[in-house]
Amino acid sequence: MSVILEAKHINKYFKKPVNFHVLKDISFQIKKGEFASVMGKSGCGKSTLLYILSTMDTDYEGELYLKNQLITGQDSTHLSHLRNKHIGFVFQFHYLLSEFSVLENVMLPAKKLAEKSLQEIEHNAIQKLKILNIEHLASKKASQVSGGEKQRVAIARALINDPSIIMGDEPTGNLDSHNAENVFNIFKQLSDEQGLSLLIVTHDEDFANKTDRIIQMEDGKILL
Amino acid sequence: MTNWSIILSIAKTHLLTKIKQTSIAALGVTFGIGSYITLVCFMTGLNTMLDDLMLNQTPHIHVYNEIEPSKKQPVSLYDNLSNSFNVIHSIKPKLSQKKIHNALPIINYLEHNDKVLGALPQVKAQIFYIAGSIEISGNLTGINPIEEANYFNMSDYIIEGSAMALQNTDNGILLGIGIAKKMALKIGDRIQVSPINGSIFPLKIVGFYQSGVADVDAIQSFTNIKTVQRILGEANNYITDINVKLYDIETAIPLAKTIEQQFNLKAIDIKTANAQFETGTTIRNLITYAVSITLLIVAGFGIYNILNMLIYEKMNDIAILKATGFSGKDVQLIFMSQAMIIGFVGGVLGLLIGFGLTSLIETIPFKTEALPTVETYPINKDPLYFIIGFSFAMVSTFLAGYLPAKKAKKIDPVKIIRGQ
Repeated sequence: MSVILEAKHINKYFKKPVNFHVLKDISFQIKKGEFASVMGKSGCGKSTLLYILSTMDTDYEGELYLKNQLITGQDSTHLSHLRNKHIGFVFQFHYLLSEFSVLENVMLPAKKLAEKSLQEIEHNAIQKLKILNIEHLASKKASQVSGGEKQRVAIARALINDPSIIMGDEPTGNLDSHNAENVFNIFKQLSDEQGLSLLIVTHDEDFANKTDRIIQMEDGKILL
Repeated sequence: MTNWSIILSIAKTHLLTKIKQTSIAALGVTFGIGSYITLVCFMTGLNTMLDDLMLNQTPHIHVYNEIEPSKKQPVSLYDNLSNSFNVIHSIKPKLSQKKIHNALPIINYLEHNDKVLGALPQVKAQIFYIAGSIEISGNLTGINPIEEANYFNMSDYIIEGSAMALQNTDNGILLGIGIAKKMALKIGDRIQVSPINGSIFPLKIVGFYQSGVADVDAIQSFTNIKTVQRILGEANNYITDINVKLYDIETAIPLAKTIEQQFNLKAIDIKTANAQFETGTTIRNLITYAVSITLLIVAGFGIYNILNMLIYEKMNDIAILKATGFSGKDVQLIFMSQAMIIGFVGGVLGLLIGFGLTSLIETIPFKTEALPTVETYPINKDPLYFIIGFSFAMVSTFLAGYLPAKKAKKIDPVKIIRGQ
């Protein structure tokens, strides 16, 4: 199976307020269709790792490969493009643009990518909303839907450009067990049916146990 | 590669959901530009009116024969004294004629110069207006009335009668309003004038003249050149002054110098004659620009402030846009276009307000003794001021938007997302 994401000897230091070695020589791979979760105590560096992998944080040592291409050291415009095309994001606090409608929120990354016509994008967006069973919310303002629904909208947005990998920073952390279950099932389905890779940072042990692989972290290192 | 349609649609949504703030920012620009246009049009209108008051009647070059002492005294012609120090007491001016020698050929020559719009002869005479036993001294100037009206806006200062009436009436006189009031005269009446040599000529009043300067109006009258020549008992080549009007006022100084050298006459250009007047105009313009630039800068700070606040409110949006693949430059463009939209809308409204206010001021009555032809407040609706105003709106909103937008570009999405 092909490798989607590969980290080689990633080291990260926080310089403020004191010099602190957060990530210590992290190396691992995520393969196509793999559903991996990252677990560890608060402060062990898992979110920090996720933001490095997401290309948003560029202040680290080591090498990062996306689809076997080195992305460390690329300029920020190119990284934005990579994020847009290959990486879908789901955050703990859903992070929708509250002034836009649900449909517009979902369409936004595709419009930015501008590889398809507006009609196609809209069609795809509604398709994604259907997969997540929230197509009836399409015309509502993002600020008017409930928390669980927002999280599903965020997942739809992450899917819109058919990314290679979806990253989540505790996407179920803020949801009740029913909604959390729901979100997990959606992820599982995407992974099984569409061969999507997923890398989810979580505190939820039940959630993690159901994934293909658990990456356990402690004190900035991966425990095997 | 920039995707403008999406950037503009995001900018539009931001602006429309904060319609109150947007309109306040746009109104700041509107009032800035509107008052700039109103102020500049009004001020330059007034300036032009004042300039016209002075300059319309003033020839660009005034040519006459000055009575002055000879520059070369006979002693300097004597070779034996050329190396000595000569002191001459009580130098008297040279006896010369008042008239311009060969005036008619000179006028003809000047009129064939491409820079010259017109060269008009005048005959100036000292006379007395006679009312019974009272003699009032004054000036009578012989002119070509129709040409004076064409080149020097003479008709603006004729409050009753017309230049045509003067042209057509033999022995007609266009009387200064001050004299008419003193002597209680009306059009059609006769007035007696007497030149210095003592003879008396009756002239028929065909109109009244008001320059706006009371001292002038109390002595100055006009008649045809031929009439003055007859009163003075001179031939029809007796011309004392030539007034030259040019196409371009800037050529006055060099041309005046040429005339002085070529014809050995005195030629005064308008700039030398009205130097202090020019200074006044410059300073008034300076004040106008200082005030209007202040207005525009205040409007610019308003926009800066509102965009800055908008960016603080939109931190989350900025982070999310960046996380989903918008580059820093895209985010910067989103906020820049918001600033530019505010500037554009505010600027256009400002143009309308400026146009409306100037049109309104233009209709307000404004009557003054000094300016017989002015009936409403003067407005100079030069399209240039509208263009400057609008360009300044765009430039100032660009600058006011640039700094906040640059800040938005640099915001680190990780910090915002983790900080939640």
